[in-house]
Amino acid sequence: MPADMRTYLAHVELPNPILTASGCAGTGRELAPFADVTRLGALTTRTITMAPRAGRPTPRMAETPSGLLNAVGLQGPGVDAFLARELPWLAERGARTVVSIGGGSVAEFSALARKLTDAPGVTALEVNLSCPNVEDRGRVFARDPSAAGEVVAAVRTAARYDLPVIAKLQPDVADVVAIAKACVDGGAEALSMINNPVGMAIDVDRMRPALAAGTGGLSGPAIRPLAVKCVWQVHAALPGTPVIGMGGVTSGRDALELVLAGACAVAVGTVLFHDPYAGHRVLRELEELLQERGFDRLADAVGLAHRPSHRTDREESSP
Amino acid sequence: MAGSPVQVTGTVLTMRRVDAYHALTVVAPGIADRFRPGHFVTVAVGGPRTSTLTRRAFAVHDVKPDYGGTVELVFTVRGAGTAWLADRRARDPLDLVGPLGRPFPLPRDPASCLLVGSEYGAAGLFALADALQQRNCRVDFVLGAASSDRVFGALRARRMAETATLTTRDGSLGVRGSVVDVLPGVIADTHADVVYACGPMSTLGGVTAVCAEFGIPVQVSVEELMACGIGLCMTCTVPVIGDDGVTRMTRACVDGPVFRGERVRFDDLGTIPFDAHGAPGGDRAR
Repeated sequence: MPADMRTYLAHVELPNPILTASGCAGTGRELAPFADVTRLGALTTRTITMAPRAGRPTPRMAETPSGLLNAVGLQGPGVDAFLARELPWLAERGARTVVSIGGGSVAEFSALARKLTDAPGVTALEVNLSCPNVEDRGRVFARDPSAAGEVVAAVRTAARYDLPVIAKLQPDVADVVAIAKACVDGGAEALSMINNPVGMAIDVDRMRPALAAGTGGLSGPAIRPLAVKCVWQVHAALPGTPVIGMGGVTSGRDALELVLAGACAVAVGTVLFHDPYAGHRVLRELEELLQERGFDRLADAVGLAHRPSHRTDREESSP
Repeated sequence: MAGSPVQVTGTVLTMRRVDAYHALTVVAPGIADRFRPGHFVTVAVGGPRTSTLTRRAFAVHDVKPDYGGTVELVFTVRGAGTAWLADRRARDPLDLVGPLGRPFPLPRDPASCLLVGSEYGAAGLFALADALQQRNCRVDFVLGAASSDRVFGALRARRMAETATLTTRDGSLGVRGSVVDVLPGVIADTHADVVYACGPMSTLGGVTAVCAEFGIPVQVSVEELMACGIGLCMTCTVPVIGDDGVTRMTRACVDGPVFRGERVRFDDLGTIPFDAHGAPGGDRAR
């Protein structure tokens, strides 16, 4: 019998645990020729900002071993154009949509939450606390527990009570658990991790930085061990908080690794650039792996690696 | 819009050397059927467990109906990804996505068309030349490169076009110089009504400037680093002036790669023009 793949972000049920990571699925339309976006657990939008943003100059991308550095700079049309042109397309098709939001101030975050909270088709809000390549880094919310908590609380207050608020965390911080706790105290119902850690590459032929912006966010399988560590630590400290794990997932095995570390949902990101069908492939592979291991439900595998010896544990629990 | 793109596992039919380049023919019916001149395809490199995540984008040199439909790509080895691709042999599987992008617009009535290509960028022009000739258009070529072995398709261009002007930077073939240097003379001689150009950005900028002097339209196929080729990654953006006169950072992969030359802000490449839609107000992009 196939395993029950349903999962929950707070009270919101998703039919399966595979999401797309923010900034990796376009508006949904670009993926549609290759894969049915409505069959994903949810699609996460690129980070939506109040005003339109032109982003960073090119080159914006550099390939690194098993990874990708990017400095796009949150290019996007702004929240009004998103609500007018992009969200309705997803809503009409019945795609579950997590809207990622980003701003330069607490007020901007809450204004975004107010604009989006009653829009049809929004499944949850994801607070981008840490996009590492935004040009005006007046405040880096993700690196400071109190700033992170403050933004999450502002979004939580502005959003309708039944719209889950997800906080997206960055791995290159002193203590990811402290940030996670501050976000949960601020009212986050779920956490998603990890955002891109900041990296850099230098083109030795030109003898200049490979990216126009100098530094950029590192993604892809190169960062998966960082994701596993963050999910593991946060799940150990906050076992009741749903975690969306992401960072270099390319296969069902990678997804299962994050699930065993404590993620109840898994997002695919950079792999979509390589294989636009990857979300559905990872879902099928994860389903098969759970079935092979005798799981009836995905939920039974979440955080299982934390148990000292899970085999004896399972025998004890089902006499 | 032509048909929507497809992701297929193609089978390598042949891999051969053409002068300084590699020419790869893949059986990929779904892509060949939908192809129009100017489209490109992307290839996943490195096999199933690859550590190279970005797809490589290539102009299509030719499509043929053999074996249900084949696609031919021309490329040069520039790094690990293209080196892997150059090692493919007949019957190897290859993950292809295509056809992608906005193809070349074709003139409604017969016109005199000048096709300008630099290095292996010229490969994308031959399918266009076929389509133009089917519409009774006059076709002339200007092909250039650094040296004679890097001028792609000179023989075919000579055979099919009214005239083919060749340039090399070292003077080893044709006129010494670049395609831009000979362009004014060729436009005058051929009475060109429209110019189509493929090649590096600096060449396209030069071609566009010459066409502006002559007051003739130019369609350019731009090259910008891209990770996905299907509009997801937002890395291949180019400052392009829209129909409304507003400059936007425009994705070369889905809104291009073919643009009207005068719409591309070649002088502002590598920057966010201060008047671009959504440009930072206070702190100007460098």
